[in-house]
Amino acid sequence: MANLLLLFVLLINFYTLGSARLVACIRAVALQGALLALLPLAIHGPTGHALLLGVGALLFKGIFIPLLLLRTIREVRIRRDVEPFIGFVPTLILGLLVTAGAFIFADFLPLAHEHHEGLFVPTALATMFCGFLMLITRRKAITQVLGYLMLENGIFVFAVLLSAAMPLMVEAGILLDLLVGVFVMGIVLNQISREFSSLNTERLTALKE
Amino acid sequence: MLLFLILFPLVGAGIALILPWYQGRSWLLPLCAGLHLLLACLILLDPGPLGPWLGLDALSRLVLIVTSLLYLGCAVYAVGYLNQRRDRGNKVIVPCLLIFLAAMTLAISARHLGLLWMAVEATTISSAPLIYYNRNRLSIEATWKYLLLCSVGIGLAMLGMLFIAYAALVGGVTPVSLQFDSLLNSATLLSTPWLHGGFVFLLVGFGTKMGLAPLHSWKPDAYGEAPGMVGALLAGGLTSVAFLAILRAVQLMTAAGDGDMARQALLGMGLLSMLVAGIFMVRQPDIKRLLAYSSVEHMGILAIGVGIGGLATFGAMLHLVNNALTKGCLFLSAGNIQRAYDSKKLAKVHGAIATLPISGSVFLAGFLAITGSPPFGPFMSEFTILRGIFGSGHLWIGLLVLFMLAVVFIGMGATALTATQGEAVQLETDFKDSFLLVISPIVFLLIILVLGVYLPEPLQRALREAANLLEVTP
Repeated sequence: MANLLLLFVLLINFYTLGSARLVACIRAVALQGALLALLPLAIHGPTGHALLLGVGALLFKGIFIPLLLLRTIREVRIRRDVEPFIGFVPTLILGLLVTAGAFIFADFLPLAHEHHEGLFVPTALATMFCGFLMLITRRKAITQVLGYLMLENGIFVFAVLLSAAMPLMVEAGILLDLLVGVFVMGIVLNQISREFSSLNTERLTALKE
Repeated sequence: MLLFLILFPLVGAGIALILPWYQGRSWLLPLCAGLHLLLACLILLDPGPLGPWLGLDALSRLVLIVTSLLYLGCAVYAVGYLNQRRDRGNKVIVPCLLIFLAAMTLAISARHLGLLWMAVEATTISSAPLIYYNRNRLSIEATWKYLLLCSVGIGLAMLGMLFIAYAALVGGVTPVSLQFDSLLNSATLLSTPWLHGGFVFLLVGFGTKMGLAPLHSWKPDAYGEAPGMVGALLAGGLTSVAFLAILRAVQLMTAAGDGDMARQALLGMGLLSMLVAGIFMVRQPDIKRLLAYSSVEHMGILAIGVGIGGLATFGAMLHLVNNALTKGCLFLSAGNIQRAYDSKKLAKVHGAIATLPISGSVFLAGFLAITGSPPFGPFMSEFTILRGIFGSGHLWIGLLVLFMLAVVFIGMGATALTATQGEAVQLETDFKDSFLLVISPIVFLLIILVLGVYLPEPLQRALREAANLLEVTP
């Protein structure tokens, strides 16, 4: 069950890397967040801790943050990410390569005995790398936020392995920090579009040596 | 008591949000800051035991008192500054400054790595509106870079924390916990590869926040575009907090018997930071970006001090105090100069001493202090660090550091002297040095002057205790 979820998470990585339509990208990342919310339940069973973590992740990653981003792009009226620094097909191939690399790398890691079989660690690494790719290769500020969210999703997969080590308060705090962080980013995005009448970060180049 | 110290600035922020009185909001800042310093001093007299979540050890006591003192100075300055910026308002900046104070205090006193992470992320979020205070194209660019880079950095620090928890899991520690004291106790059991991985990610993550090269690229932009007092708080307060977070990781590595690897990593990043800062400071035409690179340089010096160990660690602790207060003095006086000239570029700024006798002179004195000229405090701490480096037989590193200090002195001197020397100019603004705007930088300058000639016994003891925490091996 958990492995099936993680497989979908990986597929969503590729979909997001290859898609130019911003709304589709946001929805994909939202779906990824919602799938991740099921993950604690899938491996820990319906305990109180897992339920709360799942509901929290679903609310923040699956609903609030995507709605916030969708509202932002409606206000600034952009639909597509034009001409990324590296084209969509090359990024997709890079994404495939790093995913394959993550699977090979995870085999060499000194994992705990019970984690050798599952897809957790390779998925976490691959999702983080794909998030990084988004961050680096895209021009729109909003896709950079999506890249950041994918990075956080990758870290979340790893965190689920360890949810016993993390008291609920810390997890709640982490999710809240993420939400507020993206909220502040959303406000800044609005200001950028008002000031520059675009969300292209290449216009943000006045400050340099 | 400690919990109250963290929570009451939040109450202050709440009051600031609903208070409809401009002056009242401004004065709320020094009020809360004064109370914070008073309470912090009271707590220092009787720190109490370390709790599972919160607690103050020698390292955090040192950072707490420095941050609190710096914040009070900046808060007093803020009243004068906000009086001049009635066009921009203070409805957002005052609550954010108070939340920032609460987040910093929480980060300093956290005894749980998860809580520490949350608090550091909260400082990033609450300081983003501070950098955006001027609301123009440049400040928005700076805010975006700051927010994105620091958020990604903090994300990596989170991964580092998880790696450390995983090290405990693989090492067979039960129950797995991120509580710092229990981690320290079971440090020798932690699985080494995961611990090393965790340290590297913590160093990269919190190093981004601290502004060590090559992770410093947000720093000149953010410090350059933020108001002077925000620059002072970031360069003196927040960097110290991030450094504290890195020191926690070093403590853990030392307890696990891998302190040498941690020290070498810090040493490498420290040397690189000094080098990069030195290169960009030469012919720097912008006084606030100059200060930002100086901050990168001094973060490098702190990292080198801890990286060498022994006497140099003691020097680094002293340097943390000196750097914070000197940066406060420099950023606040540079802020005055910028307001008076309506520019921070050398093209317009010259003759600052003749035009603004107090701010200009304080800026020049601050420049002399930060570059390590006697009799100011940074001279003493840099000298101690150098003695530590040469004393432990690192001849080439010592010579390299000396060379880079000289490069920085010349590079920074060219800009600082051009800005301050020369004939008085006719100002286009009606800015005048007022009491509230100059008292804080002057007091900071006096404190570092005193620290340069006389180190009081309680402070010496506090520094030694802090340094000892980093030296303990199993």
